[in-house]
Amino acid sequence: MRNSAKFKKRLADTIAYLILIIFAVIAVYPILQVLSISLRPADRLLSTSLAIIPDDATLAAYQELFTGRPFLLWMRNSILVSFVVTSTGVALAAMAGYAFSRFKFRGKNFGLLSLLVTQMFPATMLLLPMYIMLVKLGLINTFLGVIIIYSSTALPFCIWTMKGYYDTISPSLEEAARIDGCTQFASFYKVVLPLAAPALVIVALFSFMTSWAEYVVAAQVLQDTGLWTLPVGLQTFQANMSTEWGLYAAASLIVSIPVVILFLALSKFLVSGLTLGSVKG
Amino acid sequence: MLERNRKLFPYVLILPAALVMIGVVFYPFIFNVILSLSNMSLRNFREWQIIGFDQYYKVFFEPSEPSFYTVFFKTIIWTVVNVTFHVVIGVMLAMLLNRQIKGKSVFRTLLILPWAIPQYIVALTWRGMFNYEYGSINLMITHYLGLPAVEWLRSPTEAFIAVIITNIWLGFPFMMVIALGGLQSISHEYYEAADIDGASAWQKFRNITVPLLRPVMIPAITLGIIWTFNNINVIWLVTNGGEPADQTHILVSYVYRAAFGLYRYGYAAALSMVIFFILLIFSLTFMKRSQATRSAY
Repeated sequence: MRNSAKFKKRLADTIAYLILIIFAVIAVYPILQVLSISLRPADRLLSTSLAIIPDDATLAAYQELFTGRPFLLWMRNSILVSFVVTSTGVALAAMAGYAFSRFKFRGKNFGLLSLLVTQMFPATMLLLPMYIMLVKLGLINTFLGVIIIYSSTALPFCIWTMKGYYDTISPSLEEAARIDGCTQFASFYKVVLPLAAPALVIVALFSFMTSWAEYVVAAQVLQDTGLWTLPVGLQTFQANMSTEWGLYAAASLIVSIPVVILFLALSKFLVSGLTLGSVKG
Repeated sequence: MLERNRKLFPYVLILPAALVMIGVVFYPFIFNVILSLSNMSLRNFREWQIIGFDQYYKVFFEPSEPSFYTVFFKTIIWTVVNVTFHVVIGVMLAMLLNRQIKGKSVFRTLLILPWAIPQYIVALTWRGMFNYEYGSINLMITHYLGLPAVEWLRSPTEAFIAVIITNIWLGFPFMMVIALGGLQSISHEYYEAADIDGASAWQKFRNITVPLLRPVMIPAITLGIIWTFNNINVIWLVTNGGEPADQTHILVSYVYRAAFGLYRYGYAAALSMVIFFILLIFSLTFMKRSQATRSAY
């Protein structure tokens, strides 16, 4: 009897491992595929081999990417745009979220509700009117143009997340600071903000990802090759599959690795932030 | 003086964010409403005028290929199939990861990867993998299974399946992570008590896991539905803008095509409004129905 229970457990464990391994392979395979293509020599890009590390592996694609293509320029553009979107987004959300969490004021409920409603806007709804506005303001083909559009996608979510996190911090800390003679702003800035560091990290990661990995808007607004961000540049490599597939593969690995590391390190916070924001919504 | 300052403080904090929101969200939204009532297009870019509800009429009744109803139907299939697979695979993997097994954190990390990679890279990579001659999917089908290669990106149905496969791949880790968080908060005592009563594995799943996981999963599923419904990146990049012949659109990519491919601004704005109301009504009813579960929190 005990033996059969043991056997049953063993069998269940084996099946569990088997399923996990199958899905892990499915999850990793496309990434290995990209690695494989990035290592192929240029005349063997269109190979029908399924080997992961090609026989005549070379780093030529990486070299071409850095020396022969405006890859570093696109990277600089992406970093610039993402940096501006992230820093303004975090600053504005940190302040507005605090007001929504701690104070009663006129228009508070309307404000919170309208932030929530923006999450139901179809992805393209604000893009068209904003595109026309940018045309009329002469902001097409400028970084300011994409930065303006990106801030509209990230900000509502960031404010909600910050508010949700501040709600979990006890107001007694600020009261104590105020009794000690801190001004309202100082008690927010010096006492509450440091405690909200995990939420600030989530909000920063989220704003960064929206701009770092955005294609659809950038493709419409940025038209000069010199102004392209990474997603637009990489798409053109992929479009010329026969000749530039290796460049695409090499570039996408370089672009993904830092983000993936960041993401894995922060994924626990990210999820708690997401569920908190949506549950309280 | 102090009292007045205290009342002003929240407004000072909100002001910068409010100004940005008015500029980049509210104003464009109002502008979109106006556009949807106008005849603006590339031809009438300067001399456009308000023409009433004509564009809305066109959305519903203008004969076009593909029609609004076809695309709407495809969007529903797209959303339901994707979210169902995300939840089923995600919950299954989370339950496996929640067992006492070795190498748990390695599996967890590997399984989260599809979510961590930028979406456009996922989409473009899968587009390469679905290539007819050189894509690894067809190579595997012909090499290992000995079946004929599939014309993934050249015929409408196969292309639509290809996009769905891509989106399932990148979406299951989110549900897995959420479900894992939920499972870890369920006390072991319930299962031990069930064991003493001689409950089967299925009974335990049905009567302990499902009801206790529900409050965690419902908000995640709501979010998942809105995200999937709205996900233009994957469909646009995998099918290269709706190929073949605009047969693989969902509503959001259809709007994008009307606006930036066909320059029908008024029409695209009206279509956007229709989609917005569909999502709004869905979200409100869904949230109301899950109100009861939320109080369990």
